[in-house]
Parts: sequence; structure tokens; C-alpha cells
Amino acid sequence: MNEQEFLQYVQSGGQVEVTNWMPDDYRAKLVKFIEMHGNSELMGVLPEREWILRAPTLQRKLALTAKVQDEVGHSQLIYRVVEDLGKPREQCLDDLISGKAKFHNVFHYPTKTWGDVGVIAWLVDAAAIISQKALLKCSYAPYARIMKKICWEESFHILHGRDVVLTLMNGTDEQRELVQEAVTRWWGPLMQFHGNPIPKEEDPMYVWRIKSQGNEEARQQFLDGYVPQIWELGLTVPDPKLRKSDDGVWEYSEPDWDELRSVVTGHGPRSQERLDLRRKAREHSAWVRQVLLAKAA
Amino acid sequence: MIYEVFRQERKGQPFHHAGSLEATDQTFAEAYAKEFYGRRGESEALWVVPREAIIEVEDFADELNRNYHRVDGYSLREKLKEARERAGRALVARDR
Repeated sequence: MNEQEFLQYVQSGGQVEVTNWMPDDYRAKLVKFIEMHGNSELMGVLPEREWILRAPTLQRKLALTAKVQDEVGHSQLIYRVVEDLGKPREQCLDDLISGKAKFHNVFHYPTKTWGDVGVIAWLVDAAAIISQKALLKCSYAPYARIMKKICWEESFHILHGRDVVLTLMNGTDEQRELVQEAVTRWWGPLMQFHGNPIPKEEDPMYVWRIKSQGNEEARQQFLDGYVPQIWELGLTVPDPKLRKSDDGVWEYSEPDWDELRSVVTGHGPRSQERLDLRRKAREHSAWVRQVLLAKAA
Repeated sequence: MIYEVFRQERKGQPFHHAGSLEATDQTFAEAYAKEFYGRRGESEALWVVPREAIIEVEDFADELNRNYHRVDGYSLREKLKEARERAGRALVARDR
């Protein structure tokens, strides 16, 4: 099979296993994409981790701890897939900590109140699950298979997020205000989350069928699924242009692509602080790795 | 060492490949597999197998073209059509 035949194979729905031949460019794109996903799962727990000690009830504390454990578990599974493609986990972590590798924009922002925790688990996880469900059809089969488990757990998290949000909305005016402020804070990053609306045919991740949908398709799906849910609770979305046109397409103000670029290259409000924490955690746990590796040798 | 994990969702169902994990020995492999694929009661049982113990077979050469034990060795459609037509004709002839 040559590169052209391989391309036709994946474009007609063919899937590839770890032992199969694949073009170097395909392998490189897979590593880049999947590694960023792994990084995002690992970094994504940090904003929520900040609230474990401040959770309002024991039940919430346990639920949030479980969610954090799930997300770290996802990063373990995902790095394993990257390792099989040729990039060792240690190198992924080195590149993450040095700022060479990226992670999703939404994990570079602060969490100001418990309202943020609800909105993250509800809307950020909802945006993420739309991208992740599209990966169930990924041309690289080992990645598609672990995505089944990941999507299943993510839908759990959305449930948890909705429960937190609904509890606050049924509470006091002050609590409702917390949710509204969080929606207002997160709307910009959420609209940037699925990336710029380049036609999918020009997106190399789509060309190789690593992703099965375009960026704008994903954003439209998010808006269609969640804006009505936001509105029905009496919450306001901070975009006066947001409306569903007669042909069913959502219109919205242009997301701030400069902000997205700056944030994902490590210039977000919490980028460096969170990377520092990851760096320290890695140093503190070095002895565990040494013991285990010595045992293996 | 790399281990492949297969999981069974309910009793009696086949085991499906779930993913792989890296562990220094069997004890850790078992512990990781439980954490990754059995924490929420989503699995009835797991098979944790060292990757190198798996024998992969991908080449199914059929030099003798033994199509009699494959589905494509039996093209019933044409034959059934012919048989139905014959039966139809026989019926018409009888009724005449």
C-alpha cells in the first residue's frame, strides 16, 4: 500500500491497527492530535482540583474527586495510544511541561466560584464530548476504541454538571447569579473551543479521517444542543447576535481567534501557574517512577 | 511490559478489546486494568494478556479457492429464480 492508496483507504472508512503500515505524515498527525488530547485531560483536572477542598457538601466533594480521577485515567489511556505510535509518555510530559506541546484553551482559565465548577462540568464537557463522539469513527482504531469508554464517562460528568447547575438555579438569587456569571465568563472560551471554521477538506486531521467532522459542524452541534438548555433555565448568553436562523444554522459574533491563539501558546491567565503545578507534581512523584522502573529492571 | 485488555460487559457476552496498558508486572497490570476498565461496574470480567503472548494472524491465503466453505461459494439467487420459474411453468401447464 502506498500513501495514496492509504489515503483512499481511510477516506472510504477504513481503519488502521497499531501493527499496520502507515505513512509517516499520518503517524505524525496522529501523535500530535492524540498527545494534545492526553495533555488536555491531564491539565483539565487542575481547574476542578482547586475546588475539591471547597466543595459545598461531602457528596459533591466525592463526585468531584471521582471526576478528577476519571480525567487523569483518560490521560493515562490516551498517552498509552501515543506511546504505541512511537512517542514515549515521559517525552510527552517533558514537552507539556516545557510548553512545547499544547492543551485545550478552556483549561488555561481561572475558576472563580462554585458556579464555574458546574458550568465546566456541564458546558465544557458537553463541548468536549461533541469532539470526542466524532472520534469514535477515527481511522486509527485503537484510539477509537478507548474513546468508547471515555465518552461514556464524559456523559456521566455532564450529568454531574447539570445537577450542580440545577441545584444552584433552584436556590437563592445569589446562587443563580453565580451560574450566570460563570456562563458569561466561559462563553468566549466555549465558542473558541472547536477551533476556527476552516472547511473540513482543508483540515489535515479530517483529510486523514482522524476527525470525522469539521470545526464549524462541531460548534453548530454544540449550539443546537445546549443554547436551548441554557435559555430554558432563564440564563442569558452574552452574545447579542446569537440566534438560530430560519435555515437552522446558528449565527453568532465572531469568536476572538487572537485570544485563542495567545491562550493555547501558553499566554492564558492561568497557563504558567498550572504548568508550574504540573512540574512540581512531576518532581515530587519522581521517586515512585524510579522505584517502579527499578523493580521492572 | 505492555498488556492488552479485553473486557466482557455482561455474563455470556464475548470479550471485546478495550485498550492496552503498561505495567512492570502482573500485579500492577491487574490493578491498572481494574482501575481503567472495571471501576464503575461496567465490566463483568477482564482478560489481561501480555501483548507478546498474542499471536496475530492476518494472512488468509486461499490457494485452492475452496469457496465451498465460504458464503460466496453459494449463489442461490440465480438458481432460485430459475427454480421458481420452472415451478410456475409447471403449474400453468397442469391447470391447462
